Amino acid sequence: MKPRSKRLMLVGGGVALLVAAIALVLSAFQQNLVFFHTPTEVAEGKAPLGKTFRVGGMVEDGSIRRAGDGLTVSFAITDTAKVIPVSYKGTLPDLFKEGKGAVVQGRLEADGVFHATEVLAKHDENYMPPEAAHAVEQASKAAETLSQ
Amino acid sequence: MKAKFLVPLVLFLAFAGFLAFGLTLNPREVPSPLIDKPVPAFSLARLDAPETRFGAEDMRGQVWLLNVWASWCVACRQEHPVLVSLARQDVVPIVGLNYKELRGDGGIDMRGVSLEDETARSIQRARRWLADHGDPYALSVLDIDGRVGIDFGVYGVPETFLIDRDGRIRYKHIGPITPENLQQVLLPKIEELKRAG
Amino acid sequence: MIPELGHFALVLALVLALVQAVVPLVGASRNRLALMAVGRPAAQGQFFFVVVAYVCLTIAFVQSDFSLQLAATNSHSATPLIYKITGVWGNHEGSLLLWAMSLALWTVAVTVFSRHLPEAFVARVLGVLGWVSVGFISFLLVTSNPFERLLPAVAEGRDLNPLLQDPGMIIHPPLLYMGYVGFSVAFAFAIAALLTGRLDAAWARWSRPWTTVAWVFLTAGIAVGSGWAYYELGWGGWWFWDPVENASFIPWLVGTALMHSLAVTEKRGAFRSWTVLLAIGAFSLALLGTFLVRSGVITSVHAFATDPKRGLYILALLVIVIGVSLVLYAWRAPRLTGGGSFGLVSRETSLLANNVLLAVAAASVLLGTLYPLFLDALNMGKISVGPPYFEAVFVPLMTPVVVLMMVGPFLRWKTDGVSPVLRRLAPTLGAALVIGTGTAFAVDHVTWRTVLGLVLAAWVVLASLQLLGNRLRDRSGAARLSARLRAIPSAWWGMWLGHLGIGVFIIGVTLVGSLDATLDVRMKEGQRAELAGYSFVFRGVQDADGPNYDAARATIGLYRGERQLTTLTPEKRLYRAQGMPMTEASIDIGPLRDVYVSLGEQLEDGSWIVSLYYKPFISWIWLGCLLMALGGIFAAADRRYRRTAEHRSTAAVAAAGRAA
Repeated sequence: MKPRSKRLMLVGGGVALLVAAIALVLSAFQQNLVFFHTPTEVAEGKAPLGKTFRVGGMVEDGSIRRAGDGLTVSFAITDTAKVIPVSYKGTLPDLFKEGKGAVVQGRLEADGVFHATEVLAKHDENYMPPEAAHAVEQASKAAETLSQ
Repeated sequence: MKAKFLVPLVLFLAFAGFLAFGLTLNPREVPSPLIDKPVPAFSLARLDAPETRFGAEDMRGQVWLLNVWASWCVACRQEHPVLVSLARQDVVPIVGLNYKELRGDGGIDMRGVSLEDETARSIQRARRWLADHGDPYALSVLDIDGRVGIDFGVYGVPETFLIDRDGRIRYKHIGPITPENLQQVLLPKIEELKRAG
Repeated sequence: MIPELGHFALVLALVLALVQAVVPLVGASRNRLALMAVGRPAAQGQFFFVVVAYVCLTIAFVQSDFSLQLAATNSHSATPLIYKITGVWGNHEGSLLLWAMSLALWTVAVTVFSRHLPEAFVARVLGVLGWVSVGFISFLLVTSNPFERLLPAVAEGRDLNPLLQDPGMIIHPPLLYMGYVGFSVAFAFAIAALLTGRLDAAWARWSRPWTTVAWVFLTAGIAVGSGWAYYELGWGGWWFWDPVENASFIPWLVGTALMHSLAVTEKRGAFRSWTVLLAIGAFSLALLGTFLVRSGVITSVHAFATDPKRGLYILALLVIVIGVSLVLYAWRAPRLTGGGSFGLVSRETSLLANNVLLAVAAASVLLGTLYPLFLDALNMGKISVGPPYFEAVFVPLMTPVVVLMMVGPFLRWKTDGVSPVLRRLAPTLGAALVIGTGTAFAVDHVTWRTVLGLVLAAWVVLASLQLLGNRLRDRSGAARLSARLRAIPSAWWGMWLGHLGIGVFIIGVTLVGSLDATLDVRMKEGQRAELAGYSFVFRGVQDADGPNYDAARATIGLYRGERQLTTLTPEKRLYRAQGMPMTEASIDIGPLRDVYVSLGEQLEDGSWIVSLYYKPFISWIWLGCLLMALGGIFAAADRRYRRTAEHRSTAAVAAAGRAA
């Protein structure tokens, strides 16, 4: 084979690989990005039904209930403006507490309950997960605009 | 032919430019909705004298700081020496808002704790903490259930509000105050407000 | 007094680092031996003072000196001694000091093991390393002084984050940092070579052992970190594609590519500009990783906002280090064309393909890690990129890498034919397909993922065996098997073990991913639960307080049939100083499976939630990593790298003898 055509084949192979990789990354992004919504957005119907997304806020005081089996937990997530009921089956993280920040990932079903598959609590005693803090901040901003 | 060796450099510079741009967008300076609004009204028990109550209107006519703290908050301890030295300089009165002293502490089982119990234990813990670490506050008030904190839009402790003579919030600092924050931002703002009226 | 001493030592270290950065480089450019000779003592002195600073900080932690800000926020008088010592690096400032110390250690290693290199080259290498040191130590002193006092002192410290109070965390950060920082040597070699314009086989041979040793540290560090996550986070996962993990995995991928690319550059003189780029890339990504993790940007992009000075300094440092290197690259690399030519089917091509695939994989992980941060920084909404993204990208990219990885060693350098290769490998590939698919059916879990994983694993193992067989037959000159085995160079064993390690790793990942079983149950004293053929008998919960925590410890009997295997004792701890609850899992480790139990909350009726996990073959994941690291050690220990050094020293002895 001539050096030129060999070089062409190598470069061609490289370009093909790159294109394939970009296509792979884009399609993976398309399918696997998890969006974040605040409880207010969920209450206003801006979040999709039956699709995985995340909601963050504070666990409402006095809202944690355990079902008879002791394993299914229901609680409510609030951004101080709106409240979203959540149901979750499984072990809760160590730092999951009422009145503290938490982020849940799962689907909103037709019954209006958010069925969580994953519950994330904050990493240390100080701050909420940034997403939860974001939700509360958005809500208080919205409250301000309304009262004006 | 030579241009292709510049590709990594160009890519990196674009990346660095993006990072730099991200850094200049300082989201903490996005004004809080409360800025330039009147302080939310509240009336809470004082830590030093729980039978007396205190509200924002008691500070009318003065420039003051409201600092949200709790003994379980790690970052509060970090900023505490800054507050103590600020108090020593006697520039501005600092009011402490003790936020969810007991129920905010992730490690305490709150089941079966009555409000009276909670109040008594909160007072005891908060006083001991101030005794241990120094008390920079003109006075502290107790926000046992965190309701007042919600009115203030508190979502992480510590937070500090700067309030002017007319009782309006003029500045909000989220997170621990560092000596640099104090010198470069907070003190100039305080001076400005004091001069203004 | 001691912290001030440490602070002073750090200032002296900075001064010596500056000397090390400037004088040898000037010496090298003016060809003045006296100036070049300053590099070694300056580097050793710098190391000494950084160690003094580090020891001072450690003493303050051990003595619970809570007038030191860092000790007050990261230690406690009741913390066990070992965690007082490791608490030093459980925070931003201390871990940067550890970083600076490992850099100084690597630099000293260069001064010791570089006697056989030309003086001017060593001077340039030390100069480059000196500049990196200057950047780091000044960053520490200016923005993150670990010796900051807290006045008035507090009576008691806040304690180290309980998650970090674990044996895994004692060795994980030092290993990881030795790996990260180790790439600085390959980087310095590359920059020094670019400065002289001499990027030849000798340069590649000098770089290889350093790169390999750094890679071994990084591999071990990542493996220990993953083991820590497995038993400390309490739910049996071993890799989360968490940004912190990705920050160490990205340099690993690029470092792996670099190791292989260096081999080609040494043997065949090809890929030189690509190798240089990888050397710059591996170190740059290690820097980026350190900063992403340490600056807290990952937990919140807004972490910088509390202290924008830090963010700017970091950015400036990155721009200077990476920017300058890339400018140098753009200027010098065009001269590097040429090198050995090679055919389309050759060992070079297979290595090139894998190199490109590894780099693309690293880029896709980087993208997935940074994309949410960028969107957030630009206030364009919040998203998260979870494990599904990384798996969707990573598996298809790595599959050809694993296949090619075992083809490469069968190929000849320069050029080879398609049909001889096929003749050699087609039966192996066929056997792998049959065995892999058969095993998937045998374990009754026939998903495409299980089949793919098992086929790949079988392919790696079978081809490894075939490779060993070929190698032994090639040496048929020697009569006995043991002699033939001994004739194989250490570097070859390194390659063989490293690749086999990947196979073992894939077995672990595939089987634990397909066959693991989980059960959350509520249990009361005397109750029994069943999972994957094991029985768990809950015997009750006692108090088991430690030095700085209160704990409830459950006793659970693990049975197979009626036979008791062991007693598991998971704990729920509450660390007093931070009031932070922690789950401490209890694991029965076995070669073919782990049984993992963690204790949840107590319910109102007095029963407890218990999570039971059956994890088949999970320890093979770490066994695979161990084999890879071991392979690296064998590769770096090859006699070839020492020969020149011995040559030199015998020559020196001879010269000394003549002089006498």
